[in-house]
Amino acid sequence: MPQLDETPAEKPRHRPSRAPRTAMPERDALERARDFDEVSLGYSEEQALAEANRCIQCKNPTCIEGCPVNIDIKSFIARIIDGEYAEGVAVLKERNALPAVCGRVCPQEEQCEASCVLARKGEPVAIGRLERWLGDFDLACDLEHRCAPEVGEPTGTRVAVVGSGPAGLACAGELRRLGHAVTVFESLHAPGGVLTYGIPEFRLPKAIVQAEIEMLGVMGVELVTDVVVGATHTLDELLAEEGFDAVFVGSGAGLPLFLGIPGENLNGVYSANEFLTRVNLMKAYEFPSYDTPVWRGRKVAVVGGGNVAMDAARTAKRLGAEEVFLVYRRSEEEMPARREEVHHARQEGIEFKMLCSPQEIVGHDGWVTGMVATRMELGEPDASGRRAPVCVMDSEFVIDCDTVIVALGTRSNPLIAQTTPDLEVTARGYISTDDSGATNKPGVFAGGDIVTGSATVILAMGAGKKAAQAIDGWLSGGSRG
Amino acid sequence: MFPVVHQRQLSDSVFEMGVHAPAVARKAKAGQFLMLRVDEHGERIPLTFSDWSAEEGWVRFIFMRVGKTTHQLSHLGVGDSLADVVGPLGVPTHVEGIGRVAVVGGGVGAAVAYPVARAMAEAGNEVTVILGARNKALLILEDEFRALPIRELIVMTDDGSAGEKGLVTAPLKQLCESGALDHSMAIGPAIMMKFCSATTKEFGVPITVSLNPIMVDGTGMCGACRVSVDGVTKFGCVDGPDFDGHAVDFEELMSRQRVYSDLEREADADFSRECSCHS
Repeated sequence: MPQLDETPAEKPRHRPSRAPRTAMPERDALERARDFDEVSLGYSEEQALAEANRCIQCKNPTCIEGCPVNIDIKSFIARIIDGEYAEGVAVLKERNALPAVCGRVCPQEEQCEASCVLARKGEPVAIGRLERWLGDFDLACDLEHRCAPEVGEPTGTRVAVVGSGPAGLACAGELRRLGHAVTVFESLHAPGGVLTYGIPEFRLPKAIVQAEIEMLGVMGVELVTDVVVGATHTLDELLAEEGFDAVFVGSGAGLPLFLGIPGENLNGVYSANEFLTRVNLMKAYEFPSYDTPVWRGRKVAVVGGGNVAMDAARTAKRLGAEEVFLVYRRSEEEMPARREEVHHARQEGIEFKMLCSPQEIVGHDGWVTGMVATRMELGEPDASGRRAPVCVMDSEFVIDCDTVIVALGTRSNPLIAQTTPDLEVTARGYISTDDSGATNKPGVFAGGDIVTGSATVILAMGAGKKAAQAIDGWLSGGSRG
Repeated sequence: MFPVVHQRQLSDSVFEMGVHAPAVARKAKAGQFLMLRVDEHGERIPLTFSDWSAEEGWVRFIFMRVGKTTHQLSHLGVGDSLADVVGPLGVPTHVEGIGRVAVVGGGVGAAVAYPVARAMAEAGNEVTVILGARNKALLILEDEFRALPIRELIVMTDDGSAGEKGLVTAPLKQLCESGALDHSMAIGPAIMMKFCSATTKEFGVPITVSLNPIMVDGTGMCGACRVSVDGVTKFGCVDGPDFDGHAVDFEELMSRQRVYSDLEREADADFSRECSCHS
């Protein structure tokens, strides 16, 4: 850890403001819970300046270490303070191809902002909101005036990137900066991975995702949709027949986990993946203008306590549900979701049923009519360090609902492992890699959820970037054999 | 975009379509499926291959006009394009070393039975095909099946307007009874596959069924296509679409296939009002 030093270093003229953290404007909870428009409105220029001026510009900024991709936070905030916004964007883009996305969905409170010196005595600088503001500043410019990261001298090598989610996009951007030709293969009809099919419009507008991806196109990344690697092409075919010198696998999350309780295949039971994919990717909320339907429940029980559970619950509310319950077997304190998401969900009227464990989904004529659950209490800490929920005897009760959405995470997608017999995978089917992202198979690298299991956007991006560096090293001869 | 390179109406409501999709055609195998989307507002639907040519780069599928998407598809012809075609998906049908096998194709299921029977025959198995339809007008691919190197083609219609009058389970039962089968395969409406499974179970003849659950992505991500097989949840898209017919919970499958019936009718009714075919 570098030494902490709170004295302003480089710019003596900067006098940090002592104002409290600048709140970000949000739409009224009751109004926003009726549509899919974005909840948070972002800072105005004045608000961004006010917040940037709270930064004390530490000599040894610790926030940078808190960032999984080590954005030079001190420096981009300094650019905002100086009114050099385009330069600020360039600082972000040196390390992060998708600032407008990360400014919205990164758990900054656990990362950069947790490491902010101001957090020790009060509230940290709102680094995430400032990143978002700069990201949006960039997207508001014409394409030719936007910040296009410099592309390296052509190396003559071609890399295939499997998956256009956070890991694949970060890897592709970094590979272009290093001068390699990149083709990204996406299995769905639209790029973005979880940014497109998973995170709802009201939290991450799809136009923003598409605009950030567009810049990768300007950088020369070739994007091919409708190709399932592991089906349309195998990894071996990409390397041997399609002329790629290396492959990065960032294929993302796999099959959804279910509870394993009776009644889970009743109509009205969704995995969060399916529910969110129908609504976000397929735009079922605009049915019948869009052709994909979604069952709009009146009383919806969402099982889980993560960000995906919050997204599903808030989406169900927006589809017109009268009541949405969030059913979680531990207490609110143990919920892995971001505090901000929990707060927003509560504001929108999601009812939290904590310390409840589903036992059975009951139905009539093939359709869900309710969920039997038992009360739980917290016992001794378990392997995760959290207090383990223990069932309270004879505490069974029924939650009246017509829809159940299961948001318990995912397991690995089997397609690539099945068609690449010499690729080492873990017992759970995730791809085994070393720290750099290299697999046991020469020329094949991997990162993101297909390696770690469900994680965050920024961790996947970090893995993609790191793997790009490893691919670059491998291609330039290091261990290529 | 994926250009339509072939279109043929097989009956009142059944159509055959071929699209140019060379990467998909190169890898297609019997029993596998594709996902398609007609246009930017379209839904993703799975359709099992009825034929393909790796050399010419096309894949074909056969569909019945039942909802908005298939209604839209029925209006497309050579010169039009589909927004998306993805595949080949699913585990190919096992065709090697089976021995004496009956392949039952009911309704549009005949479209899937055709490449399966062909692959099984080419792999050296002794194949009997039982083709079933409600009536002669709905019977498809009869000539194509006759051209295959199979032992026998048995045609059944509900009303006797072609072949024998009766259900496909009647000849299937006879074959089982005479001990002439090592294996069987049924492809068609869930109710038909259910009864074929019951028929063969009685005689201890194994049966593979090709299921058609609702899917969204089709690549192992959403879990819409889950089916109970021997009490265990399986995913049609990556574990199937072929499963052991004696272990499948058909009631659940049929119930799950109907989830969106009302919404689909609504969408198709809206489309039909605007559509020129007035069908």
